[in-house]
Amino acid sequence: MIEFHLDPHSGVAPYLQIVQQVKRALRLGLLQVGDQLPTVREVIAQITINPNTVFKAYRELEREGLVHSRPGAGTFVRRTLATTSPTTQAELQESLRRWLGSAFAAGLDGESALALFLSTVQEFQQGAGQEEQKQEEPV
Amino acid sequence: MSDAREMNSSETIALETTHLTKRYGKTVALQDCTLSLPAGRVAALVGPNGAGKTTLLQLCAGLLEPTSGDVRVFGHSPRQRTTETLLRLSFVAQDHPLYRDFTAADLLTLGRHLNPRWNDTLARTRIQLLDIPLNRKVRTLSGGQQAQVALALALGKRPDLLLLDEPLASLDPLARRDFLRTLMDAQLETGMTLLLSSHIIGDLERVCDYLIILSASRVQLAGDIQEITQTHWRLIGPRQEVEAVASEQTIIEASHTGRQTTLLVRSAAPIQEPGAGASWAVDEASLEDIVLAYLGQQAREQARGREKLEVAR
Repeated sequence: MIEFHLDPHSGVAPYLQIVQQVKRALRLGLLQVGDQLPTVREVIAQITINPNTVFKAYRELEREGLVHSRPGAGTFVRRTLATTSPTTQAELQESLRRWLGSAFAAGLDGESALALFLSTVQEFQQGAGQEEQKQEEPV
Repeated sequence: MSDAREMNSSETIALETTHLTKRYGKTVALQDCTLSLPAGRVAALVGPNGAGKTTLLQLCAGLLEPTSGDVRVFGHSPRQRTTETLLRLSFVAQDHPLYRDFTAADLLTLGRHLNPRWNDTLARTRIQLLDIPLNRKVRTLSGGQQAQVALALALGKRPDLLLLDEPLASLDPLARRDFLRTLMDAQLETGMTLLLSSHIIGDLERVCDYLIILSASRVQLAGDIQEITQTHWRLIGPRQEVEAVASEQTIIEASHTGRQTTLLVRSAAPIQEPGAGASWAVDEASLEDIVLAYLGQQAREQARGREKLEVAR
């Protein structure tokens, strides 16, 4: 069972924070197919939140095909987002750690390393998007 | 279950006011207030002290007669169809007034005799769950406990609409959390509509999905919170005249430093390229920023009004 938390200063809508936390748990393999999400009552007890917000988050996850709700039983994981095996993930994390080591050695702090990482991800994805477009263009 | 809630909330209007106005002699307490609260919502009524929040709530509860305009609770006027309306409505006044020489058990007995829809188990269980002694006089209980007793009585009535006037004002942070949790649990169980007033939005942000901003006796903004946050933007750019910004946006607040101009604007569409080719940083505005911008706008208008008066003299 996962536990939610709510950051009131993040600027992210509360329902979206729940959606993102479920997706994160799905990516990291903390939630597996068949696992039950906390009931709305349990979420209220955890983070004192409007029930409509929890319903909305769960509906969104259901719309994306990640969970399904069985009336009277609860909401269950239908599909996971883990793209690689836990072993591959651990290997990737290890190489990221090595990269961080050299970044810190070069004088970067956590925030600038994160900024560099995020901008590289963005650039990489844009590059990938352009590649795809090129391929789709008629020759 | 979730679908049923959705359908229900889009069809029924729990509370509707039309050009509602209340004056005491020459003093205007509430001016031309028109709003419509869908059933099943948890609404925050936010505004500074003296804005007219209590007046609005008392008009909705039928405790005051409007000077003009109309209030409807589930389609009925609380002053004309008193019995039908009051059966469906609970009102917890500011500072949770209770008969202070009664015990919680006495108050439950009173509630049972006075209310045909009363659910004694529900009210009693809530009090017991919080370990509040049933046989001590209410005056000897803590502020948080008194608030919880008042809430349990209001819920025991099984209202479809629950109005709470500044319910958190006298509570410490832990008691606030407990109080809101009880409220959210009850909302989940019954799907009731809630309207809570507060002079700060921070307390209510995580529990509300509807916002009504009241200041200087008028409704400044009312609507679904997600819609509100998706249509308000903060723009930061090089210093320039506000008029230069594209005309399809309404500027709620503008402030300038030597080099920089900060705007809070309302715009239905996402903002692409505002203002005369200048480079603006565009961010979604936080709910707190939006509330403050509307309240600030009102204060500035009042100040301008006073200046004009002085010039006229």
